[in-house]
Amino acid sequence: MFAVQFRRDWLSLRRAKDEAINPLVFLFLAATLFAIAFGGEPRRLAGLAPAIIWVLVLLANLLSLEALFRRDFEDGTLEQLLLLAEPPFAAVLGKVAVQWCMSGVAMTVLAPVVALLLNLPLAVLPALMLGLLLGTPALSLIGAVGAALTVGLRGGGVLLALLLLPLYLPVLVFGVSATLDTMAGVGAAAQFYWLAAISAMALTLAPFATTAALRISVEQS
Amino acid sequence: MTGLACTRGGRRLFGGFDLTLGAGGCAEVHGANGSGKSTLLRIAAGLFSDYSGEVEAAPCHYLGHRNGVSALLSPLENLRPYERLGTGSAWEALARVGLQDEWENPSGQLSQGQQRRVGLARLLLGDKPLWLLDEPLTALDTDGRRLVRELVESHCGGGGVVLCATHQTLGCSATEVHLEP
Repeated sequence: MFAVQFRRDWLSLRRAKDEAINPLVFLFLAATLFAIAFGGEPRRLAGLAPAIIWVLVLLANLLSLEALFRRDFEDGTLEQLLLLAEPPFAAVLGKVAVQWCMSGVAMTVLAPVVALLLNLPLAVLPALMLGLLLGTPALSLIGAVGAALTVGLRGGGVLLALLLLPLYLPVLVFGVSATLDTMAGVGAAAQFYWLAAISAMALTLAPFATTAALRISVEQS
Repeated sequence: MTGLACTRGGRRLFGGFDLTLGAGGCAEVHGANGSGKSTLLRIAAGLFSDYSGEVEAAPCHYLGHRNGVSALLSPLENLRPYERLGTGSAWEALARVGLQDEWENPSGQLSQGQQRRVGLARLLLGDKPLWLLDEPLTALDTDGRRLVRELVESHCGGGGVVLCATHQTLGCSATEVHLEP
């Protein structure tokens, strides 16, 4: 079921490329603005770069999450998924996996460009990318729960941000500190383990919570 | 279903509703707008749980107001995932509803009636004993309406059960049920 849903959503994604690329464009544009705003002080920018990149990744992820279930909710595909998929949480996981490929993985790949814009030392780049790769699954998985709860609401975007940003804080804190510690020459293994642990926990719990939240949203429609 | 009652938005939709359908049974639910036909079907499908009474329903296909057809995907791509349910092929189901020539166009470019037909084609996949149809005739032409009647007749002929909410009549022998508060 996971593979079937993954293939189906991947196909939809390829048909609606512009929508999928928007969050990445946001990440790039916002980073450019920071680079211009700090134009005179590139050295200070380097110290702030990890925090800026992680905050932008968080926000870009929120942008792409809003659309995660919207279309399926509106055309009724979601009802069919809940009724016919066996088991539904596997299909939900397939949808989240596609969203992660287009947010987490794509942003990890884009990270070197953004890092270059923000004057981040090249030696820290591996730590930044590893942190993103380990931390973004948690963002997508936890985010899916929020997206499922707000999919039936008009103007659920702000509510989604209010709901999710507090839950994103641990990932933000460990992600930024992993990069900063690597920059300072201290090992950051502990933070990477934490990011991996958060993602693993989200992977075991979030699909079930998302499925339950989707049921609630479909019942209210 | 026995003693089924449902209140929505503070308004009593229906109460004391009883209905039993055996193998091969077909029932048309009639009632005014807002009388709770759609809610009744969603309860039977397990998509609405705020009711009192008892419901026992076999594994079902549900065709609601929304067809469950993704506009970005072609009809064939829409149906392919449901082949996993077991029986039937997406291609044959499409041919049955007369859309074999439209299989590769994005469903968003199809007319309302054609999209409805894609939704109908899904019923043919997976061999579910119970079909819950909410206004299946909407947007369909004369040909399409005959198609629905034939599908329902052959499903009931094979021992399946159909519960259908409609303002028109399907045209096959069916028990008529009226929903009243």
